[in-house]
Amino acid sequence: MKKSFFKNIFIALVFTFLYLPIIILVIYSFNASKMNVLFTTFTFSWYKTLFYNKDLLEAFFNTLIIAATSTIISTIIGTLSAVGLNKYNFFGKSLILKLIYIPIVIPEIVLGISLLSIYTLTKLELGMFTLILSHIAFSIPFVIVSVRTTISKELNSIEEAAKDLGASPLKTFMLITLPIIKPGVVSGATLALTLSLDDVVISYFTAGPGSNTLPLKIYSMIKTGITPDVNALSTLLLLATIIILTVSTITQSRKVVTK
Amino acid sequence: MKKNNLFKAISIIPVIIYSITLILLPLLYIFFLSFQKNDSYGGIIYELTLTNYFTIIDLTYLKVFLKSALIGIITTVLCILISYPFALILKNKSSKVQNLCTKLVMVPFLTNSLIRTYGWIVLLRKNGVINATLQALHITNAPLNLMYNNIGIIIGMTYTLLPFMILPLCSAVFKIDKSLIEAAKDLGASRMQIFKNIIVPESISGVFNGSLMVFIPAIGYFFIADILGGGKEMIIGNLIKNQFLTARNWPLGSAISIFLILITFILVKIYQKLGGKMDDLGGM
Amino acid sequence: MEPIVKLENVSKCFEKDKYVVKDINLEVKEGEFLTLLGSSGCGKTTILRMISGLEHVSVGKVYIDGVDVTELDPTKREVNTIFQNFALFPHMTVYDNIAFGLKMKHVSKDEIDKRVKKIIKLVELEGLENRLPSEISGGQQQRVAIARGIIMNPKVLLLDESLCSLDLKLKRQMQIELKKIQKRLGITFIYVTHDQDEALTMSDRIVILNHGIIEQDDTPQNIYRYPKTVFVADFIGESNIWPGIISNINKEIIGVKISDNIEFAVSKKDLDKVGDKINILIRPENIKVSSNTLKNSIEGTVKDIIYDGAISKLFIEVIDNKIFKVNTHGIVNFKENDKVFIQIEDDDIIPIRGKKHEEK
Repeated sequence: MKKSFFKNIFIALVFTFLYLPIIILVIYSFNASKMNVLFTTFTFSWYKTLFYNKDLLEAFFNTLIIAATSTIISTIIGTLSAVGLNKYNFFGKSLILKLIYIPIVIPEIVLGISLLSIYTLTKLELGMFTLILSHIAFSIPFVIVSVRTTISKELNSIEEAAKDLGASPLKTFMLITLPIIKPGVVSGATLALTLSLDDVVISYFTAGPGSNTLPLKIYSMIKTGITPDVNALSTLLLLATIIILTVSTITQSRKVVTK
Repeated sequence: MKKNNLFKAISIIPVIIYSITLILLPLLYIFFLSFQKNDSYGGIIYELTLTNYFTIIDLTYLKVFLKSALIGIITTVLCILISYPFALILKNKSSKVQNLCTKLVMVPFLTNSLIRTYGWIVLLRKNGVINATLQALHITNAPLNLMYNNIGIIIGMTYTLLPFMILPLCSAVFKIDKSLIEAAKDLGASRMQIFKNIIVPESISGVFNGSLMVFIPAIGYFFIADILGGGKEMIIGNLIKNQFLTARNWPLGSAISIFLILITFILVKIYQKLGGKMDDLGGM
Repeated sequence: MEPIVKLENVSKCFEKDKYVVKDINLEVKEGEFLTLLGSSGCGKTTILRMISGLEHVSVGKVYIDGVDVTELDPTKREVNTIFQNFALFPHMTVYDNIAFGLKMKHVSKDEIDKRVKKIIKLVELEGLENRLPSEISGGQQQRVAIARGIIMNPKVLLLDESLCSLDLKLKRQMQIELKKIQKRLGITFIYVTHDQDEALTMSDRIVILNHGIIEQDDTPQNIYRYPKTVFVADFIGESNIWPGIISNINKEIIGVKISDNIEFAVSKKDLDKVGDKINILIRPENIKVSSNTLKNSIEGTVKDIIYDGAISKLFIEVIDNKIFKVNTHGIVNFKENDKVFIQIEDDDIIPIRGKKHEEK
């Protein structure tokens, strides 16, 4: 009894540690005082001011656009690459297989400055385009790795079976491979989306004037002073995350049940 | 045959273009820059030199490297100390609870890390929630300095990087065959012996995986050092950032980056030597 | 009659000069059940894949029904493969799995429906049309795999170790069923396996492969009874094999010495001469054991006895420390160290002269 009690306490403490900063932000988003120190009275006013904070909203929408675009593109390229790298041999394949792990392991800052350097070298103007390109750059390897986990030897023979029955490579991919590797594609896309929404470091180097993202906006606000509408926005973001996560969990578990 | 080649092209050409233009060339360019000179206006003088590498073996830089390494190691150890009991306790729960808990670990991860770091400011600062609570409970009289120092950085790093340790460690620990532990118990092994002789060897790959994914970002996450260290405390990440954006000495920043890449490659090589798989690093 | 499949000097190397399959010549007759038999890495699956087109031919030519298909894409060859582990499409129902090939050929929906229903009846899968492969048994999965292949009306059906993942009992059952389906359809089957029992049970003809080379190509009976090489003798069934030397030649009979005091008499062949090396094969079930002396018997001592259900295996040591493996039916009354006599009929002493001799 006692032992399991302490064990549960430990788990609870870990979760407290993980959730404390978020909960604090949620609480303060309803605090009338601007100072984030004492909770005075309950208010929704920060949610109202949020809608008039043009800078913050613009940064937020930029973040969404970048995340959506880079997720779609990196998921498509990553999925095709994972399948192609599994299926075909070509000159330089071993080099490519080594290169794709680099963005996963090297510190983000190194990727950030090297991308900045190459953009400067090629006179690419920093802005939304470079941001999206950079987010694609660090997301693709994660999608590839995630899709690879669902590619097995059996898949190879299943693809061969389709070929044997007269399916063209494109048809095999669309009708056979894609449905089978779907879990890997979905988790890869989720990962890409998360990484993009969360990214600070690479955006920090590859954003140009006028292409603020939410994290960058908050970063600069932390230095100049944060307004409580940031708390409100964070709360809304958190709420959206939880809803998406719950819905996806429920639909996934439903599928398991119906199967 | 033609259609076959078309799909091969579609599936392979993008990844080739991508990995060469967005990975290989930028890194080669950085490597090249690290051997160039810098003029006082932030420009680059294309002239081969080793100056940048001589500069970084200077004492002031070495101090930052050492401190970064120390912060990285402390963060990694703290993450292991939290994650191991966490994984071991969950091992005895049903798989439903295990799934729920690992999902719950990921949720905060889905909100932006800067937002969460900002949450820590609210918690840690002199008139913040933690100090206020401690004083209200009369545990302390004066506010503790919990941020704008190394403590703040370590708290922030541990917090931000903890899921990278918990998740691989959990998947390694959950995989350990329960009958192994039962057999050991049956043979009279103490809990410590079971941990040392069965759990650690069976889950060590997860520990290495997690350590790699915690240590490397911990020496580069300049924004945590910036925000919770108050800008006074520097880690390698800040050093590089400053060279690129403030001092505008790109060759020197590049040299430090190459040094960082070198450290990463050594760690990855060690990880692979110990039997770690590269694909395990990217999954979550 | 034109062979349905013909391989002409076919070789395959994945790396330079490392041959997996070397200079194979093979003709398969229409309606035949041919088995390619060999241990893993002998090249049997590679040969199958070169016939289906999933593997490129390095050297040589492949003909199907008289047409050179060496450079033809697998999608255009009139052969179909039943894969190891069946390779069913896990996300499609039994019906959709079977219909897949016809859909790829753009056959009309009504036609597909008609043919699928017919095949489903043929392989006795009625009522399972809407199940997923994961929801049916291993035997049923195999029938789906076969149905998926034969619905395409292939000239040849290739089966790649298609039974090896099933458990023993089901395997036996499916072997019989497979043979039955083949007879009913009259389609040529080329079957690949490492399981000699399977090969002996089902095949009309067996091709034994070793390191990418054909060791022997014959009927199951002949392969068992008259193996041409030591490898074949050893691979198929249990055997006593001894290297020997021709010690004397007497008209139609030659004497082959396997040790100082043991000599076997076998019938002569044209090129035999004294001093030639010849291997002697005696199947363990062809040796009689008795406690009394018999005509031409050899005296020995029982060294070990293993009971294996229907048969007992005896290990009998005779003069010159030679040990004979002997299989007898039922339980024997001998004990270890008993003195016994063994007798072998002349017909059961099989000389193996080696490949060179055969070719001349």
